[in-house]
Amino acid sequence: MVDAAAPSSAPTASSTRDLVTADGTPLKVALARATRLSKLRAFLLVAPLLLFILVSFIFPIVQMLWRSIDNPEVTDAIPRTAALLEDWNGEDLPSEQVYAALIEEISADGMRQEIGRMGARLNYEDGGFRSLINKTQRGAGEISESPIQYAMIGFDEAWEKQDTWAELDALAESPGFAAAFPATAEKLRAWETGNSPFAEKTPGADVYETLFEELSGSGNSTDIAQVVSLLGGTDNPIADLIQRTAANAAEIKDRPLRFALGGVDKDWNDTATWKVIKAVSPPVTMSYYLNALDRTYDANGNIVMQPEWKQIYVDLFLKTIYVSLGVTLCCIVLAYPIAHLLAILPAKHSNLLLILVLLPFWTSLLVRTTSWIVLLQSQGVVNDVLFFLGIVTDESRLQLIYNMTGTVIAMTHILLPFMVLPLYSVMKTISPSYLRAARSLGANPLVAFVRVYVPQTVPGIGAGSILVFILAIGYYITPALVGGQDGQLISNFIAYHMQRSLNWGMAAALGTVLLAGVLAMYWLYDRLVGIDNMKLG
Amino acid sequence: MAETDTPFVQFIEVQKTYDGELLVVKDLNLDIKAGEFLTMLGPSGSGKTTCLMMLAGFETPTEGKVMLGGKELNNVPPHKRGIGMVFQNYALFPHMTVAENLAFPLEVRKMGKSDITAKVQRALDMVELGAFGARRPAQLSGGQQQRVALARALVFEPDLVLMDEPLGALDKNLREQMQYEIKHIHENFGMTVVYVTHDQTEALTMSDRIAVFNDGKIQQLAAPSVLYEKPENAFVAQFIGENNRLRGTVMDDDGTACTVKVEDFTIKALSVNHNGVGSGSTLSLRPERVTLNPDAGSLPNIFDATVEELIYLGDHIRARVSCCGDDEFIVKIPNAHDQSALDKGEKVLVGWSMEDCRALDA
Ligand SMILES: Nc1ncnc2c1ncn2[C@@H]1O[C@H](COP(=O)(O)OP(=O)(O)OP(=O)(O)O)[C@@H](O)[C@H]1O
Ligand SMILES: [Mg+2]
Repeated sequence: MVDAAAPSSAPTASSTRDLVTADGTPLKVALARATRLSKLRAFLLVAPLLLFILVSFIFPIVQMLWRSIDNPEVTDAIPRTAALLEDWNGEDLPSEQVYAALIEEISADGMRQEIGRMGARLNYEDGGFRSLINKTQRGAGEISESPIQYAMIGFDEAWEKQDTWAELDALAESPGFAAAFPATAEKLRAWETGNSPFAEKTPGADVYETLFEELSGSGNSTDIAQVVSLLGGTDNPIADLIQRTAANAAEIKDRPLRFALGGVDKDWNDTATWKVIKAVSPPVTMSYYLNALDRTYDANGNIVMQPEWKQIYVDLFLKTIYVSLGVTLCCIVLAYPIAHLLAILPAKHSNLLLILVLLPFWTSLLVRTTSWIVLLQSQGVVNDVLFFLGIVTDESRLQLIYNMTGTVIAMTHILLPFMVLPLYSVMKTISPSYLRAARSLGANPLVAFVRVYVPQTVPGIGAGSILVFILAIGYYITPALVGGQDGQLISNFIAYHMQRSLNWGMAAALGTVLLAGVLAMYWLYDRLVGIDNMKLG
Repeated sequence: MAETDTPFVQFIEVQKTYDGELLVVKDLNLDIKAGEFLTMLGPSGSGKTTCLMMLAGFETPTEGKVMLGGKELNNVPPHKRGIGMVFQNYALFPHMTVAENLAFPLEVRKMGKSDITAKVQRALDMVELGAFGARRPAQLSGGQQQRVALARALVFEPDLVLMDEPLGALDKNLREQMQYEIKHIHENFGMTVVYVTHDQTEALTMSDRIAVFNDGKIQQLAAPSVLYEKPENAFVAQFIGENNRLRGTVMDDDGTACTVKVEDFTIKALSVNHNGVGSGSTLSLRPERVTLNPDAGSLPNIFDATVEELIYLGDHIRARVSCCGDDEFIVKIPNAHDQSALDKGEKVLVGWSMEDCRALDA
């Protein structure tokens, strides 16, 4: 700019350089300095609002977005196990280390709350997890005290039975047994049994360990054969038990904790259980979103559909959209004539009518909704009138409430003003001379209305529709009160997850999907009609 | 078109009231010939638009009949009247392009597509907006919008076009230009035009006949020159053109000429519309018909006057003089070579003929 102006201005040397003020500072700098203060002042003036919006609007939304992917429960509760599971191949059961870590972490004293939360989190994935975790928490402490005992019990729960030990105890007196398993025999002899109610049903951990030691000792196959024969051959379940335990002793010794945990619950022997834990370990997850779209991870981490009986959300989203569209349409149909009337009546009458339109705003939402219950219930006013007129019989009274019909009727009523007002404000500005012009050009009243009036109200229809649609899609109280079973919408489930199931991640994911849907609608509207064309009044 | 002896448009004893109390149009009788350019001229609120709306069908006469081409219109809805109309605010449909606006009257008449395109283009060319078909009205200047409105009212070739202050929103230059264009279009197409304005120059330059409205009544219906030169009553005389008014009493009257006593002066005037000897009358005299310093005896009315004020206007000089007891008396002096310069306070003689001084109602 300065350069372009230079040739025409005074032909001095300075005219080709940047413009400067009298004291030599460049003009731009001087301007910036002069406006800085006013800019600062302007910013300070809007700062409270900015802060308010940040705190009350942006922050909760960000919080919600974060919550829908936030997944800290497992890493919080069992960080080492989770880290070890990361290297797990997912085909065989995890290594003994993993079991050790899990047992240690799950039985840690200070972590009860975290463990509980992890149980709740895992329960979203599979209904049995909460009890599994609780059970394991209780069992883990004992396991770490005597791993071999619980490994044996885990290998076969017959090792926990009184009968088994009673028989072995009886056998302990026999010289054959004492020869084969001398240490065990000695311990068993020292073990108090009998019919006393205080007697132990199974011996102490040391007996288990001694027996296991002798069972797994090398070159003892003859000893075992002897004991088996003492017990009357392999037909005796206890003989079979001893034989099997001896045969697997190496494995048990190798991985006592795996067997022990399997003893606490068989689910720990299932790779699926571990896969779920591994899948839920990452600190962020998509699983809430998958859930919100009726999908889930299968055992191999692929995204699959939920089982049929759990597929509710997609249908619910669709239903919510349909209902909102339906309500929007009903509102357009009802609001259009009202707004038109408002716009063409003289001010005196239109003001009165406007007050009637606004009246619902001044009554409590709850009152309005419950008054619909009074009107629409099967013994209500509407049905009574229809019955009186002979349109319905006592048996065929219409079910107008506690279903979708009730939801649509009540929501249309409540959202109607949001359609009337933008429409009215647009219609008011349409000069009647347009219709006159159309008539004088040869259009009959209907054609004139449709081709000249209606297109000019499109901005109002658009604004009202967006308003009503967005309000309807998140509507909660009305469906909750008059929707019954089948009139529930997505927001009711969001509320359910917030208040009942306390699955906030799920509530956040559903809310985010809803928000995305609304933004998509908004985008679509912008493409089709143009946001600039919207007139809110 | 209607035969020459039956008028194309007729208002027959039409009365109109909106509120049942006040008559805004009183006993209106008006015949408009086919092909005529008739202007309704009058001050604000005089009922011009109301008349136009009754003709267009947007208002119904409270009493009386409106006829078009020999048929009574009262029960014909507006869209069946086939009357083109230009509105004061143009009323171009904002959601349609210019071409779509023009096509609208043709489409509702179920004309073929190619016909429509051709006619629209011709109409646009007529108003010299051939290249603007794809624009929205909001993208046009006021003058261009006005032309589109004109083209739209003409594109379906109506026999009658109504225009309600179509140039009211334009500036002076554009207004004059558009006046000529409308006039030319009228001459070329030969349709009947009823034009409403309260701008008297506009009315005078454009019209075949002018109906001067006041107070719901037609005060005078005549060609522009007649209206200017021979106003029938004081309202018309004062409303159209500049005018010296002298109030006095009629002394005697021989049918064509009369003498009127204004204060102490006796003025000979043309007897037009006064209420008889002894009644009051307003004398109307155009400033340009006053002669300065006439030769003695050359004019029947010669009086002394004093120059109060002089305004130089280029082609003429307006002199305000006091004369016959009226110090608002205006004299227009052509700015010619032989005219000697006047001075303020100078004593002069002013004179005028009997025919130029019209004795009207009080
Ligand atoms: N719709 C209406 N309802 C009631 N009174 C009306 C209506 N339209 C016009 N009037 C009254 O009728 C009278 C004549 O109005 P009209 O519009 O015909 O005047 P006009 O001559 O066109 O004036 P202008 O030059 O200001 O346009 C006015 O006194 C006006 O107040
Ligand atoms: Mg008017």
